[in-house]
Amino acid sequence: MNILVCIKQVPDMESRFKVDAAGTWFEESDLAWRINEYDEFAIEQAVQLKEQLGDADLTVLSIGPARLKEALKKALAMGCDRAVHVVDAAAHEKDPFQIASSIAAFAKDKSFDVIFTGMQSQDRGSGQVAVLVGELLSIPSLTTAVEFALEGDTISVRRELEGGLKAVVKAKVPALVSCQLGLNTPRYPTLPNIMKAKRKELLEVPVADLLTEEARLETVSLAYPEKKGSALVLEGEVGDLVEKVIGILKEKTAVL
Amino acid sequence: MKALLVGEYREGKLLESSYELIGFAQTLGAEFELFLVGSTDQLPQVDGKLHLADVAAAGEFNPALHKQLVLDAAQKAGADTIVFLHSSYGWDLAPRVALALNAAQVSEVVEAAADGYLLPACNSKLRRTVKATTDRSVVTLQVGAFMAAEPGGTPQVEELSVAAGGNTEFGGYEQAEAGEVDLGKAEVIVSAGRGVGKPENVAMIEALAKALGGEYGASRPVVDAGWVPHDRQVGTTGQVVSPKLYVACGISGAIQHLAGMKKSEFVLAINTDKDAPIAEIADVLVVADIKQFAPALTAKLVG
Repeated sequence: MNILVCIKQVPDMESRFKVDAAGTWFEESDLAWRINEYDEFAIEQAVQLKEQLGDADLTVLSIGPARLKEALKKALAMGCDRAVHVVDAAAHEKDPFQIASSIAAFAKDKSFDVIFTGMQSQDRGSGQVAVLVGELLSIPSLTTAVEFALEGDTISVRRELEGGLKAVVKAKVPALVSCQLGLNTPRYPTLPNIMKAKRKELLEVPVADLLTEEARLETVSLAYPEKKGSALVLEGEVGDLVEKVIGILKEKTAVL
Repeated sequence: MKALLVGEYREGKLLESSYELIGFAQTLGAEFELFLVGSTDQLPQVDGKLHLADVAAAGEFNPALHKQLVLDAAQKAGADTIVFLHSSYGWDLAPRVALALNAAQVSEVVEAAADGYLLPACNSKLRRTVKATTDRSVVTLQVGAFMAAEPGGTPQVEELSVAAGGNTEFGGYEQAEAGEVDLGKAEVIVSAGRGVGKPENVAMIEALAKALGGEYGASRPVVDAGWVPHDRQVGTTGQVVSPKLYVACGISGAIQHLAGMKKSEFVLAINTDKDAPIAEIADVLVVADIKQFAPALTAKLVG
């Protein structure tokens, strides 16, 4: 069986973001980069499926600049067999349709049986790429998975809906599955596996070889949200803060 | 703009959030028609045309078939904008419709501005303004971002014919098992977020909740990590709560969490990051490490 997992590298969400000079993206210097959290669940599920099947082949793919080699190496150390780096220094300017078109162009003649992705990215969060890839390849997409199983040629997924409700949905392979947080427990790469990953294949593909589509979305601007909140901000020494908070709770709430 | 609004229907009921779509169209002063895979027993109360596909034939989950039905309705309505909620139904279906129409999709809109739609980025720390360059577009609205229209009126129903189809199978719903606590009834909730750092520290959140006479809850990452059971999760996919006092401990304030607790009467947030989105809805933000602040506050309350 042939498995593909698509991942994205995103900045640490705890970072302080600075809008860049063009006013359409954030400055990338001084940011720590990591694998999009949703995609870690996708990698783990792909590796678990490979382990379940034994003779499966697992490719990890990502689109972006040179820095994402680090993310691909982690995915290899987690258990992927080979990595494909679609090299695009301006990936952040591409819209979800272009990203999905690039992935579909790579995947179309590779006969992947199962494709895993995160359900969205933490930085832009469009939630579109997974479904668009499935549609472009004319295969079923099962999104927002919090449980996954493959029996025979049938994938069974529990989709997370709202308010604690889940839906049981199935599709025959080939199919795409987008992964929600909590689907599994992503493993930490072990040192021997990190060493082993260094010898695994890491293929570079220029984005121009895959992408022929024009963008359908234009980013007008990126900015800080207007501060709607009127929170009273308290700073200082913990003992003083505790006194102040107790005073406020006594005055403003009926709970003390 | 001529909008087609895609309503939602689940477990035999029209979802209330569907009225937010109408609210959005009214805010923009847009002409609209509605689409629903539903039933004549559960019609949205609104004047105007409703393209209705019978749920008995189309099923509640069959994205490939629902896509085709939305496309049929969009054509009949002459719609240039197809509007969904950014929900488990909407984010699954919208890209399918967008691709079929060669239309751009704008996801999780929180506001419509003169130069485009505003979307959250980077855990709501930033806002992007985005516009479609295609003639037609697909839009998904962040749940709760637009005021729901008041129900009132009677739709003019146009039945859509449903052909068999689809490449997925629906095996029914599962409701999360009832847990030991109903946070919906608690007057005080103290919730743990990622900022608590490690599972052992959940005990200090529990202790603070007890000192305040309430229950403890948690944000999604803490539940996903297995530190706190799911029945204590506050947010879109957990419980929606409105206590007298909500204490957010080391919770940055992802949209899904805010949607679950923003109706609380009083919100006290403790966070090391002054810019965390939780500050938008908190009454008081204490800039401190929860691991130092919570035990100190508990000691003072019980002491």
